[in-house]
Amino acid sequence: MDVRLQVSMVFHLDKCIGCHTCSIACKNVWTDRKGAEYMWWNNVETKPGTGYPTKWEDQSKYNGGWEKKGNGKPELKMGNRASRLINIFHNPSLPKMDDYYEPFTYKYEDLFDSPEGADQPTARPISMVTGKFMDIEAGPNWDDDLGGSPVYAENDPNFEGLSPEEQQELFDVERLVFFYLPRICNHCLNPACVAACPSGAIYKRGEDGIVLINQEVCRGWRMCVSACPYKKTYYNWSTGKSEKCILCFPRLETGQAPACFHSCVGRIRYLGGILYDADRLTDALNVDDDKLVEAHRDLILDPRDPVVREKAKENGIDERTLEACERSPVYRYVKEWKMALPLHSEFRTLPMLFYVPPLLPVMAKTENGVYETANDELFSPIEKARLPIKYLASLFSAGNTDQVSYALKKQYAVRLFKRLETVGDVSQEVVDKALAECGMDAAEAEAVYRLTSLPTMDERVVIPPMHREEAMAMLDDDMWEQKGSAGFGFREAPVRGA
Amino acid sequence: MMDNLLFIVLPYIAVTLFVVVSIYRYITDKFSYSSLSSQLLESDELFYGVVPWHIGIIGALTGHLIGFLFPKEVLWFNGVPVRLYILETTGLVFGLLALIGIVALMWRRIRVPRIRSVTSTVDTIVLVLLFAQVVLGVYTALFYRWGSSWYAASAVPYLRSLLFFQPDIEMVKPLPHIIKTHIINAFLIIAIFPFSRLVHMVSLPIEYLWRPYQVVIWNWNRKKIRGQYSLSNAKEDSELNVIGR
Repeated sequence: MDVRLQVSMVFHLDKCIGCHTCSIACKNVWTDRKGAEYMWWNNVETKPGTGYPTKWEDQSKYNGGWEKKGNGKPELKMGNRASRLINIFHNPSLPKMDDYYEPFTYKYEDLFDSPEGADQPTARPISMVTGKFMDIEAGPNWDDDLGGSPVYAENDPNFEGLSPEEQQELFDVERLVFFYLPRICNHCLNPACVAACPSGAIYKRGEDGIVLINQEVCRGWRMCVSACPYKKTYYNWSTGKSEKCILCFPRLETGQAPACFHSCVGRIRYLGGILYDADRLTDALNVDDDKLVEAHRDLILDPRDPVVREKAKENGIDERTLEACERSPVYRYVKEWKMALPLHSEFRTLPMLFYVPPLLPVMAKTENGVYETANDELFSPIEKARLPIKYLASLFSAGNTDQVSYALKKQYAVRLFKRLETVGDVSQEVVDKALAECGMDAAEAEAVYRLTSLPTMDERVVIPPMHREEAMAMLDDDMWEQKGSAGFGFREAPVRGA
Repeated sequence: MMDNLLFIVLPYIAVTLFVVVSIYRYITDKFSYSSLSSQLLESDELFYGVVPWHIGIIGALTGHLIGFLFPKEVLWFNGVPVRLYILETTGLVFGLLALIGIVALMWRRIRVPRIRSVTSTVDTIVLVLLFAQVVLGVYTALFYRWGSSWYAASAVPYLRSLLFFQPDIEMVKPLPHIIKTHIINAFLIIAIFPFSRLVHMVSLPIEYLWRPYQVVIWNWNRKKIRGQYSLSNAKEDSELNVIGR
């Protein structure tokens, strides 16, 4: 047993209101720079929809992620190592800038400097790449709330499993239902970006599992961009280096929540430590698609288990870190309650960002425009939900509908449980049946309710102590001298090479 | 005098710059080492330039290197006409590939506005020098026949004399102007190498073929730190109390 710590995340989609505050917080802190304008390390997309970059989930287009192989060793979908070097001059599966969008601003000075005339002056859009006038054809969140068109929903790659009738029913604009999917880097346990990097510039930090790109080692071979099935590594066209979400590690190291977590208006974001067994990673990667979520969950270890604690300490994980893991909201949602699921497990990167699938809309099908409320259970059952389970399963459990159903049923049961308590218009039998169906007792239902609806910042974000203050001890030769005379990180400005 | 300047002084300056500046730049400004790929901005036309260019130039440079390292063997190989024709044709094909590639790349760089906006002065100089070099090379291959043989017999001894610090330019003096320009231009390219994006050549990631797929870096050796003084039992630990010393 090789116990390691992963700073892990849960996004509760039932709470996401799609306000993009997270994206803006991230943009302002990290990517408001030349060459990074088009990057959204955090983005929120509308689902069903095509997302950012367009159709990122379609791996027949981008060749991201891993593929299960007969020999028990998963291989990158892009091909083997040699193919990476052969394609190094021209990467055939690299997204183009237009798959994201061409960044633009407006020529605002025209509003002030234009000569007097019959017409109002306008601020024409200019490209932030070329500096020339351009016609805007796409932008960040161009398809937000589906932009009033069924086009984006129709092209969602997750609809492949649905019959044309089922699909058509969803696409009638009047009946269209959607939810929001905020995405950041998943800081995977089996990151495809790391494996694809010819320079070895991308690495996972042993201490907390954060995946980073060393900007001084990156040579701009761009393989990470296509290898990441989530398209969460980006190529900076100005500096010629790849960049990605760093999970705000400078903030984490000082005990602050990452910017997107901190600013989240819906309070949908949970962060906490997870202990996992690194020895069993390959086992979890070699199961069939429908078993992936379960295998992934099996890797996660109980921080209260004495054996696990013993092994963790052998690996140098501090007692206080273990304490933080015990309080981890991620552990509860993912392992204890099985309510949070990884996004697209079938990419086989073992993403460590989990999603509680959305239960909405509560009031399901309508009859002649009137919501049907006349049933014992108040809410119509999840099987009748307007958003098909199959669709959610394609997103969150590699097609395994049982996993998604279970997560939804649990949310549903908690709702009924609280409804009985606060309003009292459902019967005890209905509640008991709903709880029993997902093997939940009243105490657990209450705990789920508390952590979902009323968590404080300290309950949502439990940062394992990073002990940065101890890093100094690594500097063997006179650390006290070093402390006062040298810093870490960049000593030169990150300027594009000639 | 001019010959001395161009064939002795220039080469030594060029190679010195190449070595010293490359190392200095690598040590002081690793961040600037990048392929500076522009594929994100324009991908389709790039393919028709960048692939033939790299195949062509790698083939051509390898040919020059083999001639430089094994001149006698090359001469022996060329002793049989059929083998000579095969070698010459191969060289010419690589040269033409490089020519097609660089023309496509220049055309793209001039025409596509996004690419123009990421083009520096040094990029332009490098492109012009490389283009000139390839044109001169292909011209030589076409009109000064059996270059693979006379290169081994005349240019290689000159290059080797430079390597051993006993410069002897007698062999290059009588060469035609086209070929002389080819040699001088080569040294100009070597001189500008460390100042340009050409440095991406020296970071060819060969070790990728055998390194493990996953890379995990432990920033601190926790066992070592905690072995000495753990924060969890800081109170009992006298080591921590010496911070002020």
